[in-house]
Amino acid sequence: MADALVIIPAYNEEHRIGDVVRELRALALDADILVVNDGSRDRTARAARAAGATVISHPYNLGYGATLQTAYKYALRQGSRYVLQMDADGQHPPEEARKVLDPVRRGEADVVIGSRFMAGGGGYESPWARRVGIRLFGALARALTGARMTDVTSGFIAVNRPVIALFASELFPADFPDADVRMMLHMAGYRVQEIPVQMKAGPPNKSMHGGALALWYIAKMLISMAIVRSSRAPVRPDKEETP
Amino acid sequence: MTPTQRAFAIVVSILFFLFVMNAIRRRAVEIQYAILWLAVAAGIFVLSVWYDLLLALSRFIGAVVPTTTLFLFGILFLVIINIQFSMRVSNLQTRLRALAQEHALLVERVERERHDAAPSAS
Repeated sequence: MADALVIIPAYNEEHRIGDVVRELRALALDADILVVNDGSRDRTARAARAAGATVISHPYNLGYGATLQTAYKYALRQGSRYVLQMDADGQHPPEEARKVLDPVRRGEADVVIGSRFMAGGGGYESPWARRVGIRLFGALARALTGARMTDVTSGFIAVNRPVIALFASELFPADFPDADVRMMLHMAGYRVQEIPVQMKAGPPNKSMHGGALALWYIAKMLISMAIVRSSRAPVRPDKEETP
Repeated sequence: MTPTQRAFAIVVSILFFLFVMNAIRRRAVEIQYAILWLAVAAGIFVLSVWYDLLLALSRFIGAVVPTTTLFLFGILFLVIINIQFSMRVSNLQTRLRALAQEHALLVERVERERHDAAPSAS
């Protein structure tokens, strides 16, 4: 069994998930691939399995954060040392996977986040409102923690085992794990590194934060960040033993 | 309070009491809520037969008319019980989510073990 696990949360992605899994396998990352099917109404699970991924299916739709959390719980139990998290819709090109995963594997960071807003990153222009939102939340998280964050909504992330344990815990938000999780990581003292990556445009009207959901997202994120800021830093399982 | 008002209040409180008792009998509400709703029924009954208590209460909180007292406490009670319910619903949702995740993880494991146990069948 490989020491790394690629996790892909998927909801109604039967047309794209197969290609993402096949492209990942072709890269020979020495990693197992897990697709968590979040109660899709199409044949996402079958397509992912046919492409060679392990599939876990929620009995009904639980949401993006809860889907990631299921994957982290699996990784924790399987004994995976590293996890690479990416989207099912092709937004995160598999050929960029190594760039995100390798620094964590080499022990250079506990968390690596692929950012499309750093010099050398990019690939597509998201709608201006979304870009403004990402900048604002990044600036707010920075003001609250002092850490620089260019792409707080990025879901192209690699983490090591202690962070896997943190994400599998009840501290992980069940809806939109974005800027609040980034704050949590900084407050706990994990080494977080952003690296530039190319991303592709996701399919239209599928974005988690689009349309009427935007205001809801903003309100929830502000409250969630306030909760994280006012809580004590999460206990680090890897630091508990040290005096 | 006119006799008509009093009769109406008493009838309402008795009907409410019977409704709650029936719900308890059918085990449709948990005992903690049953006690709460019985207390509400008793409160309505007491206030409808003992009007002077309502007047005294109104003087105590500084309300000009007794209806203010009724509405004030009624709304306050509803707000508090709603907050309590949303806390309970959130808690249940968290547990339900954990349960669904656990279920999904177990299904995957059972399927994998079944597959490993029978390698000839594919």
